[in-house]
Amino acid sequence: MHALFLAWQYLVFNRFRSLTMVACITVIAVLPLSLEVLLDESERQLLARAQSTPLLLGAKGSALDLVMNTLYFDDEVPELISMLAVDELLATDLAEPVPLYTRFNARGFPIVGTTLDYFEFRALGMAQGRQMALLGEAVLGASVAESLGLKPGDTLLSSPETVFDLAGIYPLNMKIVGVLERSHTPDDLAVFTDVRTTWVIEGMGHGHQDVSQVTDETLIMQRTESGVVASPKLFQYNEITPDNIDSFHFHGDAREYPLTAVIVIPDDTKSSTILRGRYLEEAKLNQIVLPEKVIDGLLQNIFRIKNVLDAVIVLVGSATLLALVLVFALSLRLRQRELQTIFKLGCSRATIAYLLAAEIFIIGLVAGALCASLLYVVDGYSSDLVRTLFIN
Amino acid sequence: MINIQSLEFNYPGGGFSLAINQFDVAQGEKLAVIGPSGSGKTTLLNLAAGIIKSERGSIAVADTQIEQLSDAQRRDFRINNIGFVFQDFELIEYLNVMDNIIHPYRITRSLQLTPSIRRQAIQLAEKIGIGDKLHRYANDLSQGEKQRVAICRALLPGPKLVFADEATGNLDPRNKGRILDLLFDNVAEHGTTLLAVTHDHELLPRFDRVVDFLQFRAQEPD
Repeated sequence: MHALFLAWQYLVFNRFRSLTMVACITVIAVLPLSLEVLLDESERQLLARAQSTPLLLGAKGSALDLVMNTLYFDDEVPELISMLAVDELLATDLAEPVPLYTRFNARGFPIVGTTLDYFEFRALGMAQGRQMALLGEAVLGASVAESLGLKPGDTLLSSPETVFDLAGIYPLNMKIVGVLERSHTPDDLAVFTDVRTTWVIEGMGHGHQDVSQVTDETLIMQRTESGVVASPKLFQYNEITPDNIDSFHFHGDAREYPLTAVIVIPDDTKSSTILRGRYLEEAKLNQIVLPEKVIDGLLQNIFRIKNVLDAVIVLVGSATLLALVLVFALSLRLRQRELQTIFKLGCSRATIAYLLAAEIFIIGLVAGALCASLLYVVDGYSSDLVRTLFIN
Repeated sequence: MINIQSLEFNYPGGGFSLAINQFDVAQGEKLAVIGPSGSGKTTLLNLAAGIIKSERGSIAVADTQIEQLSDAQRRDFRINNIGFVFQDFELIEYLNVMDNIIHPYRITRSLQLTPSIRRQAIQLAEKIGIGDKLHRYANDLSQGEKQRVAICRALLPGPKLVFADEATGNLDPRNKGRILDLLFDNVAEHGTTLLAVTHDHELLPRFDRVVDFLQFRAQEPD
């Protein structure tokens, strides 16, 4: 018997119809399976990141916004807290705080203002260059460096918060001093700088010409014995260099400087429990959340949505399969004469059924191979896809 | 070669019935069956080939009682003994000429497709004048070429009988003569019996005998 040969010849001759059937079956199979792969990967990534972060301190409000912004550098910025929260935590002697300020962007990537403790906490090593040491220096996540084609020695300008805010936040040209090793986490997609540098971007710290030495009197609005009031015309630096770094200074009370969150690394389980208890008080303006619990709640919602999607896919898939069966049945009617001919030539009805089954088998096999290939690709890129599609 | 006695056949629904008291075809005979549409000519071929089964009477083909065979046996008998040539050629459009010729070997277990059979198919195709078209598809052939392919397909297994059902019905006069020459030459070469259903009275003088199916009486050619 040459059923497979004959079936193949028929399918190749009617290639448009065959490819349409293969495409339909592939889509029906690939959609739910890809979704499954991506959801499994998103669950793995979300949980892994959440499980590796013991506690988060942030302003009272949406715990989800707080977790998503702090762990995955999501665009949604939670209510701000101040550096005072860090001081308070330090005073408890129960945990080590790692401050984070993730409000700004540079060329589409989040700028994460933090301290060197963050890199130690996340076990992030350097692939190139060195760690940030001075104000205005930045290290890049591996994907940022690759995507923007940047390396140590280059500079990266922070994005203005709003184009129309002339009196607001000015871009700061940061010097790139290092690139982190790829960690396959959201850290690959972030620009890290010292938290004080983000305050400079915020406008709380700045550097400008020495007003005591300017000769252009139009730059001075008022001179008193205790100080000088400069005109807005005074030149402010948008890049921190060895020549002007000494002119950079901060205004106001450092304890009031803003943060988006603090990663809290408790000394032990007991310390964790005590801290969580303390922040349950009504009077507290801040909250401590357990990221794993928040992400778990998020996943429950995602899987509820997935169940609905699965049902929709089953319905659409069933309708498509029925349409395919109809197409196949109609094609059988069109092929009635051919089938009668081969019957007259001596082919049994069982063999005719076998020939038709071979066609279905080949279509299924090709669709299965295509489906497996697509799933292989989806699986290979699932880590990046999840971060691009779901997490960021 | 064919002996039919007291045959009765009714299509389901009762719209058509066929009754033949006696019908004989000798070995190597070239017999034409004529008659108006609906008189039962094709039904006779189908009965003699075992494609359909009679209700009463006996049909002996090549010394085998067809009505006593099972479905599978009738199929095996057909594939091993009878070659079919149809009016509309009935080629498989998705196969090339070579694959059409050897198609019976691919759809039955009783015929084994061997390299020797392939060589025979090529030789037969060359003899019939389509040796240079073996890799072309049926739709790319002229009507005459299509019928040559159908004849090759019918003759390749070396059948004892060839049933031609309006085999020249779709051909122009020039091709009719050529195709009939080919068919006659090849059946004569192997002593094959030819049973041809036709409406074309111009071709009748070329047959050994003609049977008018409506009146069911044997006519000798002029």
